[in-house]
Amino acid sequence: MIMETNTPKKIAGMKFGILSPSRIRKMSATRIITPDTYNEDGFPITMGLMDPHLGVVEPGLRCKTCGQQVGKDGCNGHFGHIELAMPVIHVGFVKTIRDILRSTCRRCGNLLCEDSEKKDFLREYDEHIERDRSLTEFVKKVLGKSSNVKECPHCGRQKLVVELDKPTTFREAGHKLTPSEVREWLEKVSETLGNDLRLLEIDPKSAHPEWMVLTVLPIPPVCTRPSITLESGERSEDDLTHKLVDIIRINQRLQENRDAGAPQLIVEDLWELLQYHITTYFDNQTAGIPPARHRSGRALKTLAQRLKGKEGRFRSNLSGKRVNFSARTVISPDPNISINEVGIPIEIAKELTVPLRVTAHNIENAKELIQRGPNPVPPKGRIYISGVNYVKRKDGRRIRVTYNNAMDVAERLEIGSIVERQLDDGDIVLFNRQPSLHRMSMMAHRTKIMPYKTFRVSLSVCPPYNADFDGDEMNLHILQSEEAKVEAEILMKVQEHILSPRFGGAIIGGIHDHITGCFLLTIKKRKLSLGDTIQILSSINYTGDIKKGMTGKEIFSTILPKELNLRYRAQACMNCDTCLEEKCPYDSYVVIENGELKMGVTDGKSVGAFKGKIIETIAHDLGLEAASNFIDKVTKMGIAAISIVGFTTSIDDEDIPEEANMQIEESLSNAKKKIDQLVRAYNNGELETIPGRSLEETLEMEIMRVTGQARDATGEIASKHLGMDNSAVIMARSGARGSMLNLSQMAGCVGQQAVRGERIHRGYQHRTLPHFKKGDLGAAAKGFVSSNYKKGLKPSEYFFHSMGGREGLVDTAVRTSRSGYMQRRLINALENLKVENDGTVRTTGNVIIQFRYGEDGIDPTRSVRGDAVDIDKVIKEMI
Amino acid sequence: MLGVETMGFNILKHELVPYPKILSYKEIKKLLKDYDIQKEQIPKLLITDPFARAIGAKEGDVVKIIRKSITAGISVAYRLVVSSER
Ligand SMILES: [Mg+2]
Ligand SMILES: [Zn+2]
Ligand SMILES: [Zn+2]
Ligand SMILES: [Zn+2]
Repeated sequence: MIMETNTPKKIAGMKFGILSPSRIRKMSATRIITPDTYNEDGFPITMGLMDPHLGVVEPGLRCKTCGQQVGKDGCNGHFGHIELAMPVIHVGFVKTIRDILRSTCRRCGNLLCEDSEKKDFLREYDEHIERDRSLTEFVKKVLGKSSNVKECPHCGRQKLVVELDKPTTFREAGHKLTPSEVREWLEKVSETLGNDLRLLEIDPKSAHPEWMVLTVLPIPPVCTRPSITLESGERSEDDLTHKLVDIIRINQRLQENRDAGAPQLIVEDLWELLQYHITTYFDNQTAGIPPARHRSGRALKTLAQRLKGKEGRFRSNLSGKRVNFSARTVISPDPNISINEVGIPIEIAKELTVPLRVTAHNIENAKELIQRGPNPVPPKGRIYISGVNYVKRKDGRRIRVTYNNAMDVAERLEIGSIVERQLDDGDIVLFNRQPSLHRMSMMAHRTKIMPYKTFRVSLSVCPPYNADFDGDEMNLHILQSEEAKVEAEILMKVQEHILSPRFGGAIIGGIHDHITGCFLLTIKKRKLSLGDTIQILSSINYTGDIKKGMTGKEIFSTILPKELNLRYRAQACMNCDTCLEEKCPYDSYVVIENGELKMGVTDGKSVGAFKGKIIETIAHDLGLEAASNFIDKVTKMGIAAISIVGFTTSIDDEDIPEEANMQIEESLSNAKKKIDQLVRAYNNGELETIPGRSLEETLEMEIMRVTGQARDATGEIASKHLGMDNSAVIMARSGARGSMLNLSQMAGCVGQQAVRGERIHRGYQHRTLPHFKKGDLGAAAKGFVSSNYKKGLKPSEYFFHSMGGREGLVDTAVRTSRSGYMQRRLINALENLKVENDGTVRTTGNVIIQFRYGEDGIDPTRSVRGDAVDIDKVIKEMI
Repeated sequence: MLGVETMGFNILKHELVPYPKILSYKEIKKLLKDYDIQKEQIPKLLITDPFARAIGAKEGDVVKIIRKSITAGISVAYRLVVSSER
């Protein structure tokens, strides 16, 4: 066979048209007349729906039209056709038909406008074509003008209102138009208008209006609707075949009844039934008619359903495909694994393979590997050792390696064969969690084969994947070529993604207990016993000297690189009016000199994901390898420290003394009094309006301000009694989890509930709930929750709280679906853009999109929180 | 080509409208050479765009646009004036 040259070609254009009846007959291999498929012997019936002229499905059989077998270069099948007894409207074109009927005359078929106006339209049309402009607006104008005419300017016929009764019924002034009448009308239109049809955006060379009413229906080839043979030997037909059977059956009955001169009513009923079947054959989700169903009650999947939506041909088979060499299972955490690793169950490792090309250098190795067979017994002290599943010989044959033939296959191994080796420790794989919203959703890891059935993940990579362990599953892909492996290693390894392209800071770092642990270890001058010191340092495989009575800060310093010099305010910083810096009473000013933590507590701002200063600095100054090492160590140290100190939280963390409760109550009743005063002032007309606001708005704003202050005040009182000895406070202050607001809502008061940013107004007439007086504008009646979560909410408060909570849920649901669709469209539009070597952003067609990437040409991952250089730091280092 | 005089409001004076300059033949040639591109590879500016009308651009002109940028301070871009969307 002659190879076709594979030069890329540019598509100059694409043309769509409508098949004409004669065209359908011409391309038809056979006319179909019987609704039956196979005879008793199981052979397809000629002129039936499975006629071998339409192509064959079983390999070995030959097509009766072209004589070829099925296959890639063989017969793809041929269309057949049926002659419809009566014309039927094509659902896909009803809108176009309606527009044509509305803008043309039924008697003469002309466009409903004066000749002079038509001439103007034609001129405008040609201008549009010449300028290559979109015709949508123009056609809308033509239709608008010509469907607003009382009588035909050409023959004087009165213009009657044409209505489309969905899905396929047309009425002229209330009288039903049969498809035959519609077709006659359209025929007249194309006859009269001829080339002027272009005013309606119809090219008479490729589509005539009357072709939108079907008289002949093409029957798709058998291979578009193959029947499947069940185990019981029973044949099961495709949904499309079922639908076609219905169509042919009704068509036959319609023909017989009409020819026999049956009453008009019966013929019309059958005609309508035929219309229904053909409509649902095209689209079984047409609005206004019930979907055609299978005997089991399942709606049939017809033509439109095959293409449409997420499960349709486009999104499911063309934009996305299923792949081999992949695995999926539940994920679970492993605090000892590196961020660059992923734990893989033995079962999965045995199934997935890596191709190993046999060369003169590795043939002995490969032989030894094959000799192990597919189920090698691991040597003492190991739980797993990789075997071989297949050997692909040079001649293309794939041999399955078994326990019995392993020796034999190894013996006959040749250079150039490919050994499909099972996964082993240290292979590079891609790991992914959906939804894949950013590039960190798919990263490369090194494998670590482990027992049990879940993928094991470092806790530090949870933020970029947005993963937790409440049942999340993730996908794994094994790289098959050397290029892919190298590319993944360089571009996709987890450590390459420590710095986020979103803000230039670390997105991978310590979370939750890692932060609490480091906080507890380094707070103030905590001294540790020798035993504890050894315990913590052994967790990071420390090899240096250990002194007696080391402080937490000294222990933490052991993992800091010697080059590190930093000064910043910790997360725990109270944001005092003037920062005392080194003299901070809360130990919240961090100073690191030459890799030694001189003062300050290391918390979220130091080691946390999203804000860890130390991680960021190491990644920028010392490289990603060092940063990844640091993250591995700091998380292990955090866990070791928190295990020694001990840490827990419970409901009694929100206990506050009785006097504090009294203070809170007093503060709340003061607020209530203030609100009552405001309401009274409003009712007496004494309230002063804020400029630009109405009286009501002023009142609402003032009350919202008071309720906000009240909540803050109770929070303040509560937190005064919740010190740094309180676990919940430690977590909130160190940035490990939770916030002081959470705490004040649990211990102080929950605060004002809002719907659409306002106090709650809706409910019953003039009041929110029947528990309140009509017209009550006070705090409690409008959704102020003065109880706290610990004490519990009153019934009315609970109701208001649920209203606010419901709004939150709906908002997030709406937001995620909408932003998800927006993301899809953005990605589809931008996925092929590339930054070229000259700094421009271009499409695949080399058209420039940006003359400089991001206008400043800076890669945000290499930036300091968005800036190209950190000038302050450079100056500091110079001095 | 209308020019800014015929418009009711001078959009060029608005803060958000960038500073424009229509390139000379020589400058276009240099631009194309610098980026190793054909004229069609330059981003497009529709001739009906109020901005194009205000500066009186003609089809085939290349407009240099200098504007304030959040990331770079000042950024420079070019637009090829065309009469249709394609
Ligand atoms: Mg989850
Ligand atoms: Zn064939
Ligand atoms: Zn007429
Ligand atoms: Zn401070």
